[in-house]
Amino acid sequence: MTTTLLLWSIFLAQILLVVAMACATFRVLRGPRAQDRVLGLDTLYVNATMLLLTFGIRTGSTLYFEAALIIALLGFVATAALAKFLMRGEVIE
Amino acid sequence: MTHLADLPVWAAIPVALLLLLGASLALIGSIGFVRLRSFYERVHAPTLGTTMGIGSVLLASMLCFTVLQSRPALHEILIAVFMIVTTPITLMLLARAALYRDRSEGSDDVPSAPPAQTTAPSAPDAAPPV
Repeated sequence: MTTTLLLWSIFLAQILLVVAMACATFRVLRGPRAQDRVLGLDTLYVNATMLLLTFGIRTGSTLYFEAALIIALLGFVATAALAKFLMRGEVIE
Repeated sequence: MTHLADLPVWAAIPVALLLLLGASLALIGSIGFVRLRSFYERVHAPTLGTTMGIGSVLLASMLCFTVLQSRPALHEILIAVFMIVTTPITLMLLARAALYRDRSEGSDDVPSAPPAQTTAPSAPDAAPPV
């Protein structure tokens, strides 16, 4: 009974996170300007981190945690670099 | 799915509730990110997921692995501290870049740049020179 509850709540949380990632992807594809796309990419990274953590709870292995940590690190570096690029050069758009 | 059966009821229900809370907050933030109109409004929406959303999911993960392994699983704090430190940095960098771009295009939606302060700033309510 407890296992069923946990499995269904993990499944529902994963569906909610995938819909959130779809919203962020929509903004990456349709964002009117470059800063919207960069912000959408940042949101996508955070949602992917949470999705990997739910996978880790579901399977009970800590491998997913390390993947989530790496995604969080790369998301910060990518967003900071892209924001710096938007600040300096007028190349995009 | 044998490890989830080892989880007692008093731990399984908070894990489920925290997971659903975190995922719902992330979804609400992303919906707001799609629906809000200007970029400066949209900057606010994803922070719902980056603060309490990921905090709840990390708490659920910590609780699950602490009970399962019978020892404190604290490595999730790494992600939490990292998120707390980096989210304001990235969003402020992005908002400043957007403001710079809007100003350099002469957009009417943003206030113009403040004048460069070459002299000492005077009191704002000082009488104007005649």
